[in-house]
Amino acid sequence: MTSAGPRSRLRGVIPRVHREQRARLRPVQLGITVAALVATMLGALLVGAADLPVSGVIKALADTVPFVHVDSGLSVVEHNVLFQLRLPRVLMAALVGGLLAIAGAGYQGVFRNPLADPYLLGAAAGAGVGATLAIVALPGAPEYAVPVAAFTGAITGVLMAYGLGQVASRGGPEGGTGTLVLAGVAVANFLSAVQTFLQQANAQQLQRIFAWLLGGVGTADWGQLRMVAPYALIAVTVLLTHGRLLDVLAVGDEEATTLGMSAARVRLLVLLAASLATACAVAVSGLIAFVGIVVPHLVRRLAGGSYRIVLPLSLLVGGAFLELADLVARTVVAPAELPLGVVTAFVGGPFFVLVLRATRRQVDV
Amino acid sequence: MTVSVRELDVELGGRRVLRSVSMEVAGGSWTAVIGPNGAGKSTLLRAVLGLRDGAGSVEVSGQDVRSMRPRQRARMVAYAPQSPKLPPGMTVFDYALLGRSPYIPHFGRESAHDRSVTAEVLERLDLAGLAARTLDQLSGGERQRVVLARALAQQTPVLLLDEPTTALDIGHQQQVMELVDRLRLADGLTVVSTIHDLTLAAQYADRLVLLSDGRVAASGAPADVLTRETIAAHFDAHVSVAHDAEGRPLLALERPRLERPHAERPQAERPNIERPHAERPNRPAEGAAG
Repeated sequence: MTSAGPRSRLRGVIPRVHREQRARLRPVQLGITVAALVATMLGALLVGAADLPVSGVIKALADTVPFVHVDSGLSVVEHNVLFQLRLPRVLMAALVGGLLAIAGAGYQGVFRNPLADPYLLGAAAGAGVGATLAIVALPGAPEYAVPVAAFTGAITGVLMAYGLGQVASRGGPEGGTGTLVLAGVAVANFLSAVQTFLQQANAQQLQRIFAWLLGGVGTADWGQLRMVAPYALIAVTVLLTHGRLLDVLAVGDEEATTLGMSAARVRLLVLLAASLATACAVAVSGLIAFVGIVVPHLVRRLAGGSYRIVLPLSLLVGGAFLELADLVARTVVAPAELPLGVVTAFVGGPFFVLVLRATRRQVDV
Repeated sequence: MTVSVRELDVELGGRRVLRSVSMEVAGGSWTAVIGPNGAGKSTLLRAVLGLRDGAGSVEVSGQDVRSMRPRQRARMVAYAPQSPKLPPGMTVFDYALLGRSPYIPHFGRESAHDRSVTAEVLERLDLAGLAARTLDQLSGGERQRVVLARALAQQTPVLLLDEPTTALDIGHQQQVMELVDRLRLADGLTVVSTIHDLTLAAQYADRLVLLSDGRVAASGAPADVLTRETIAAHFDAHVSVAHDAEGRPLLALERPRLERPHAERPQAERPNIERPHAERPNRPAEGAAG
C-alpha cells in the first residue's frame, strides 16, 4: 500500500473529522457545570434559618470584590450570618463534594473499576479512629483537634493499606491492584474494629462520635477552610493533570508500559493525590457516602468516559451535588438538620443499584 | 532495524520459561515465532519489549532494550497484544491516538501532528469510517485492525504482534496478514509475530523460530523448519507437508487412526507430497541465523 495517495487526499479532511471523534472536555460542558455549581452555591447562600434579603446578599457579595463598593443594606447580624455562617458552609459543601467526587474518579481510574470509592483504601475507617480518639481521649481539646486527628487517621489508614498491599503483592501481575484492594478491605475492617471498641468503651461520648461519623458541613468556618485549602489544592492539581495518563492506563499496566508510560509511578501519584483529597474532605465533614461513586458515574454517562472529562467535571458536579444535598439536609426538617451523610446515602443508595445494573457487563469481564 | 536476542533466560515464578534463546531478525524482515502452547512465545515477545527481565541480551538496533527509558523504547518497538484491554466507551480514534503517547510530554496533550498521524493510520487501515465508534461496538476483525492501528500510530521501526489472527475467520486472517505485509513492505518495518497457524506463518514470514519447552528447537526458512518430523516431535501432531509454487510449506492434519488400517492407499495417493522438500539442500536448522 502506498501512503502518498490517502495522505494527500486527507489533508483537508483531518481537522473536521477528529474534532468530532475525540472525547474531550467541551467548553459547553464546562460552562454548564460551572453555571450549575454557581447557581447551587447562590441558592444555598440565600436559603436558611435567617431570612436574608436577596438583593442585600448579592450586594454584599459584590462589595467583597476588590475596588467595588456597594452598600448592601444588611444589618450587622445579617452580615455576620452571611459571612461567618453561610458563606463558609456553602464553600465547604462545594469543596468537600468536589474533593470526594474527584477522588472517587481518581480511584476508579487507578483500579480500572467504576465502583471504586474514595474510602476504598481505609481512609474513612482511619479518619473514624482518628476522630474518635480525639473525642474520647482529648475531651478538653480545642475544636480543631478532631479534624486534624481525622486527617492524620485517614492518611495513616491509606498508607497502612498501601504498605500491606506492596508487601503482599511483590512481583504480582498488574502492579498488584487486586491485592491492594484486599489490603484496603483488611485495614478498613481492622480500623473499624478499633473504632467500635473505642466507642463502646466511651459510651458517654457516643452522640458526639456519631454526629461526626454521619457527616456534615454545619460547623464549617473560615479556619477549617484555611486548614484544608492548601492540601486540597495540591491534590486537585495533581489529579487534574493526570487525566490523559489515566486514559492510557485504561489499556492495562503492561500495554501502558509499551506505550512509554511508567504505570506504577502514575498509579502511585494518582492514589496519593486521591487519598489526600479524601483525607481533606473526611477531616472537615466526617463520612459522606456515595458522592465519590455517584458523581463520576453521572458525569461518565452524560459527558463521556475520558478521564480528561471525568476528573474536572466530577470536581464541579460533586460540588453542586453536595451543595444541593446540604440544602436538603438543613431545610427538610428545619429548624433541625439531617446529617448530610444520610441525605447523600438516601439518594446514592438507589442510584448505586441502578449503576450496578447498568455497568454489570463492564465490571464482570 | 534489527532485533537480536542472545542466550536469553527468563524465569517466571521459579519456572524457567525461556532457556538460552537466541534469535536474529534482519531489518525489514518478518519473523514468526511458532511453537506449541506454553512454549514461551509470548514471553519472548515480552522480553523484546523489555517487560520481562532475565539473563542474556535483547537488543534493538544494537541497543539493549532494558537500558532504554520506556518512552525511548516505545518509539522503537510497538506491540499489538493477543488479548488487549479495550476500554468500553472509548472511541476508535481515541484508542489509536494512545499510540502517540511516547511522543507526548508527561503533562502535555496531543498535537495536531499526533492527530493527523492517527487519522492517516486509520485511513490506511480502512478504519476512518469507524473512527467515532466506541470499541465495544466493533467486530472481531475490526478490533484486530484497531489494535494494529494503535501500534502503527507509534511509528516505530519494529512491530511485535502477539497472535494477530486469533479468533478471526479465515478471510479476516488473510486480510490482517496481507495488511501487515503491505505495511511492512511500504514502511520497511521489521515484524516479529507469534502465530499458531503454521501454514499461515509459513506463507508470510521470511523466517520461522520454533520454540519448544522454552528452547529454540529449529529456526530458518519456513520450508526448513516445518517438516513432518519436527512437527511430530514438537507439536505431537501428524501432518502431511506439501509445498506451494514458491516452495513454502502447506500443512494438512492427518488422522492417525485412519492411517493405520489404510496404510497403503493414502501413501499411494500422494507420492509427490514430500518431494519438493526432499530436493532441497538440507541445511542445519538450529542457529542458522540469517
